[in-house]
Amino acid sequence: MPEMTLIEAIRTAMDEELGRDTSVFIVGEDVGQRGGVFRATQGLFEKYGAERVIDSPLAELSIVGVGIGAALYGMRPICEIQFADFIHPAFNQIVNEAAKMCYRSNGQWTVPMVIRAPYGGGISGGLYHSQSVEAFFAHVPGLKVIIPSNPYDAKGLLKAAVRDPNPVLFFEPKKGYRLIRGEVPEEEYTVPIGPARISRSGRDLSVFAYGMMHHYALQAAERLAEEDIQVEVVDLRTLYPVDKATILTSVHKTGKALIVYEDNLTGGYGAEIAAILAGEAFTDLDAPVQRLAGPDVPGVPFSHPLQEWFMPNPDKIAEAMRNLAAY
Amino acid sequence: MATKVVMPQLGESVVEGTVTQWLFQEGERVKEYEPLLEVNTDKVDTEIPSPTEGVLLKIVVPAGTTVRAGSVLAWIGEAGEDIPESDSSAVEPKPAPQEDVAFGEATRPMAATPPRPRRELGFISPVVAHLAQEHNVDLSQVRGSGMGGRITKRDVLNFSEERRTQSPPPAASPPGAPLESPAWETPGEGDLFRPTEMMFGEAKQPKTTPPQPPATERVIPLTPVRKAIADHMLLSKRTSAHVTTVMEADLQAVTQHLAAHKPVYARDNVRLTYTAYFVAAAVEALKEYRIFNASLTEKGLLLHPTVNIGVAVSLGEDGLIVPIIRHAEAISLLGLARAIADLAQRARNRQLKPEEVQGGTFSITNHGVGRSLFATPIINQPQCAILGVGVIQKRAVVIHDAIAIRPMVYLSLTFDHRIIDGAIADGFLAKVVERLENWR
Repeated sequence: MPEMTLIEAIRTAMDEELGRDTSVFIVGEDVGQRGGVFRATQGLFEKYGAERVIDSPLAELSIVGVGIGAALYGMRPICEIQFADFIHPAFNQIVNEAAKMCYRSNGQWTVPMVIRAPYGGGISGGLYHSQSVEAFFAHVPGLKVIIPSNPYDAKGLLKAAVRDPNPVLFFEPKKGYRLIRGEVPEEEYTVPIGPARISRSGRDLSVFAYGMMHHYALQAAERLAEEDIQVEVVDLRTLYPVDKATILTSVHKTGKALIVYEDNLTGGYGAEIAAILAGEAFTDLDAPVQRLAGPDVPGVPFSHPLQEWFMPNPDKIAEAMRNLAAY
Repeated sequence: MATKVVMPQLGESVVEGTVTQWLFQEGERVKEYEPLLEVNTDKVDTEIPSPTEGVLLKIVVPAGTTVRAGSVLAWIGEAGEDIPESDSSAVEPKPAPQEDVAFGEATRPMAATPPRPRRELGFISPVVAHLAQEHNVDLSQVRGSGMGGRITKRDVLNFSEERRTQSPPPAASPPGAPLESPAWETPGEGDLFRPTEMMFGEAKQPKTTPPQPPATERVIPLTPVRKAIADHMLLSKRTSAHVTTVMEADLQAVTQHLAAHKPVYARDNVRLTYTAYFVAAAVEALKEYRIFNASLTEKGLLLHPTVNIGVAVSLGEDGLIVPIIRHAEAISLLGLARAIADLAQRARNRQLKPEEVQGGTFSITNHGVGRSLFATPIINQPQCAILGVGVIQKRAVVIHDAIAIRPMVYLSLTFDHRIIDGAIADGFLAKVVERLENWR
């Protein structure tokens, strides 16, 4: 089985879907001749042509608007937002049009569209190239929100997203693009949207994470195993709709939960997991539900020491795990 | 110091009892061992002897009141003696580990239980509270390993596991309240016949009115008895590797024997039924296949020296009970019929003693009463097999290439495959069939 990076897995998924279905096309800033600023679409312009890999103006509202219109006409657009930080101009299109289309037309119209966007910090991107935006969208019924943590899931989930009849937001942990490698089978497969994955089994506490933080949580869990603390790590993968059963089953076993996300703490996605546990796992809890997240400051700082202060990392996660295990 | 009289636990899964009558008044003098009061439970009616000599100072639980096992019923002491204030409540909240109970066995008097000072437990997390209730753990006995000595989930589970491996599991107790019960009142494993108890809840429904479907979903809290049954059923399923084998028996010989001897036995005031034959046939097979009269223990297979057979007796709408015929290997058909009739009669009158529903080594369930052909009964732990008797029906069978009409019955034997292999089980069951078919 070939090993590839996260970005290669994403590119392969798009390549295969473009080859499989002529209604699939890509639209976004610099996705064509330049191959995307992260090279996610490298080679696809040459392979599929300018009509299927379309360079857009610097206007996110129009990228998503074009995608919605094309989707209503039977196409399957993959919209690329160059950085998740720039998705906000398209917020109205996503929330008011794409999310509600199926519902308000009583199922007569659907928007089979994928919006890809690199997100997250730790890459010295400063305030406008480091944001996490998943909590905004994981609040909106009608959208599906996916964040893969490894190449296998990234490819399988992206292919499933392209084939899904409704709008899917596909946020990619950009710090892991070239950092995270993994085996990806050559044969055709998809990963179902919805189920979380227990990536490491343990009895002492459960850690819920996604994207880059899942990668770090696994590293921290490995360290704690040397201290005889067995951490169960759950990769949420699909944030909306969330896989409650896996979450509740895990906490039923361990009695303790830590949720790690790199977004600002308050109102971040982990708050929802904490609320699910408070409501539905109360009698299973042996410790307060803990969140480890970025501090409540307006952005991920550009200054390197301040960025380190902001970002959760394996050291901070291991410390939080240790404290929770000792409770 | 005044001595308390405590509601005993009268059998496994029996967690409460009703005081039916006080045989002494407050202020009267009572001797040690003298019957003091009568109690009634789901399973048995019995008298409770006075644990000590003295004056009945105070009756805490009046006649007609139902309380949980372990509750203080009365105080006995010297005239004018004070009753400990905090201990006069009907339900005893203080933890009372068994070693504090000066009651070694049934024949020794009950002494006062010195209350142990309550330890500061610290913060109790939701799951610890939940598990303590579920596993009937007294948290004051659990050592905390968490932050600041907090009792953690694992502490409770470890405590429960250690207790389980060190001693027979305690009978079910009501939620929350750690209760005291004298050591001799703690029943051993496997004294009741669980499959029959499955019907206990339903049996109490009035038969004339069909149940109305509830308009909305609702939760019916499990009674302690129901919970205990559920736990025991699962325990048995988890413990044993259940396999059921079924054979057919021709009861022509038994039927003829029964018809011929029923009037003879009746002269001795004994009612002869098919049940006596099934018990007798099972006893014969158990003598030949000793492995069926055994329990699997950690040290190995424990062969029981006597054959004690539990036989289900219907109590009508109040469910079923399984009295034990002790030393069945030494009892004749007449004796078995007499024992069955006697136990059945007293079971219906709620006059069984606790020890008469404990200590079985093999069980027989007559599910044929409900017209069931064959079944897969659940083994009554720690036994290793159970025989199910189906309905006796006349069926067309082929005998010497001719079609005959014979009274036939299906016999279902559920056995523990950890101990017994299929060929041996079939040998045992074939022996039962052979004995029945060749009855003389």
